[in-house]
Amino acid sequence: MSRLSRSTLIRLGGLAVLLVIAAIFPLVITNALYTQFAVDTLIFVAAVTAWNLFSGFSGYISLGHAVFFGVGAYTVGLLTIHWKVIGGTIFALLPLGGLAAAVVAVPFGLIALRVRRHTFVVITIAIFFIFQLMAYNFSFTGGNQGISTPFFLWTAASYNNPFYYVGLILAVGSVTAAWLIRNSRFGLQLLAIRDDEDRARGLGVRTMRVKLSAFVISGFITGMVGGLWWFFIGQALPETVFDPNFDLSVALMGFLGGFGTLAGPVLGALVLEPLQQWEAITFTNGYVAEISLGAIFLLVILFLPRGVIPTGKELLTRWQAMRERRRRPAADGTAPPASGATVPSSAQTGGVR
Amino acid sequence: MTVLLRTEGVSKAFGGVQALDQASIDVDEGSIAGLIGPNGSGKTTLFNVITGYERVDSGHVYLGGKEITNTAPEKVFAAGIGRTFQLTRVFSRLTVMENMIVAAQHHERGQGRLRNPLARAGGPATRRRAMELLEFTTIAKYAGALAETLSYGQRKLLELAYVLMASPSIVLLDEPAGGVNPTLITMIADRIRQLNEQGTTFLIVEHNMDFVMGLCDKVTVLDYGTAVVSGPPSVVRTDPKVLDAYLGTAEDDDDIPVG
Repeated sequence: MSRLSRSTLIRLGGLAVLLVIAAIFPLVITNALYTQFAVDTLIFVAAVTAWNLFSGFSGYISLGHAVFFGVGAYTVGLLTIHWKVIGGTIFALLPLGGLAAAVVAVPFGLIALRVRRHTFVVITIAIFFIFQLMAYNFSFTGGNQGISTPFFLWTAASYNNPFYYVGLILAVGSVTAAWLIRNSRFGLQLLAIRDDEDRARGLGVRTMRVKLSAFVISGFITGMVGGLWWFFIGQALPETVFDPNFDLSVALMGFLGGFGTLAGPVLGALVLEPLQQWEAITFTNGYVAEISLGAIFLLVILFLPRGVIPTGKELLTRWQAMRERRRRPAADGTAPPASGATVPSSAQTGGVR
Repeated sequence: MTVLLRTEGVSKAFGGVQALDQASIDVDEGSIAGLIGPNGSGKTTLFNVITGYERVDSGHVYLGGKEITNTAPEKVFAAGIGRTFQLTRVFSRLTVMENMIVAAQHHERGQGRLRNPLARAGGPATRRRAMELLEFTTIAKYAGALAETLSYGQRKLLELAYVLMASPSIVLLDEPAGGVNPTLITMIADRIRQLNEQGTTFLIVEHNMDFVMGLCDKVTVLDYGTAVVSGPPSVVRTDPKVLDAYLGTAEDDDDIPVG
């Protein structure tokens, strides 16, 4: 019991330190290049966590989340121009971007969630391309020209800061949502669907409703993130907001950190997004970042198929068990093994995994 | 005695294979009914049809007088039919206790508890009931372990335990004794008898004849998707049609005296 509370304390303490660092980061690091990296990273922390709370928990791998990102970006962009909103007030439109994405998620989910596994992945990609084509071809989306932000009020020196803090709010909100879901009845139903959907149905889980709810929540958050990104970059083009690289990046960051875990997606985004940005400015050849993304994908699939967090946790457990075994005969050779020693450490229910 | 579960002329074909052909069975309330037949005679398909995993081509399924033909699995479970699978299916990456809680979801909803979907899964009452059932099935000590660490026999017990979470009026067991050791078979039979005394009705598919004949009040034999014989074990055991089903048609070898 004491060990459990100690590990909880360590976790909470670590979380608090992380939040404080995140909160003061732009005050300490004022180089605009780095704060720009930071904003991009927070955007991906929020997006990957949102993706994971659907895909990671339910096992349905979506490669169509750029649909929500794009719908959010265009919605916030169009509303900004239509209502002539300026300055920080634009941030207030983000929930509307999320709402538009959530509305899109309903028919999207009702179609795609009828099929499973590989077929589901293919359907999400197909629907993604339909949206990209629509963005190119409708007149209200501005076609090739996309939608640009009107003008800016902030001075260049601290330009990134408002975006940084809004990004931080979205990231924290996204992680909180995932945490709440992971420990809830709803989350348990999602995990049951991941393990055996038909069996879950046979035990009274209304699977379509559960899957669709997670898809819509995930879409809502991703839509807000897309809106923020549009405001930050200042322009939405069909190929930049309905971007296949977004889908791949989100999935890769999720897999790298740990598919279906809480900390994994955050870790994946914290590692990969700065790396991508750094590569983009370091190498004049713009494809280096994309090639490395593909290479990392292969390495993860080969060597860390379950991701850093689960694999690391397993190694830690194994190391602890080995240490325990070595210590026990030394302490007292005649002592019987501790009772209940056969139950694996993953036994703590409802913990942060 | 009243009939609790009844199928009436149920047919189901997979391509050219007629898995069920006008299959009619009925299970009396409070009884333990057996369903036997050679491999491929349609036993599991009949289970799938009853529990909503397959749609019927024709025919009807009734539970306590109410038609439940082609009802979705989650609704069939809610209506009071629990079911286990031939190859056990548990949620391998959830703990044993979490497996139990998944099965309690409908029950909790029915009690008007936990309207809030973000509430923590499994209230104290649910956990207590889950522990009782795990103790009943002798796997309580694994409550905190991941289900994938259980042995095959233990998974069968878990499957039985979580189906009971919703207090179903009838439980359909698909080969509860298949692939488990004799001691465990005796224990499972014992538990089924206990539950039956408390009022749970059972329909059991099983190849282990001692198990079926020793446990069931009535046995129905399926052959080529049709219920050919139905009656008490002593009658079914000696019925020539049953011997035909299992050993081949007697007409082919008329000249050989049987028995």
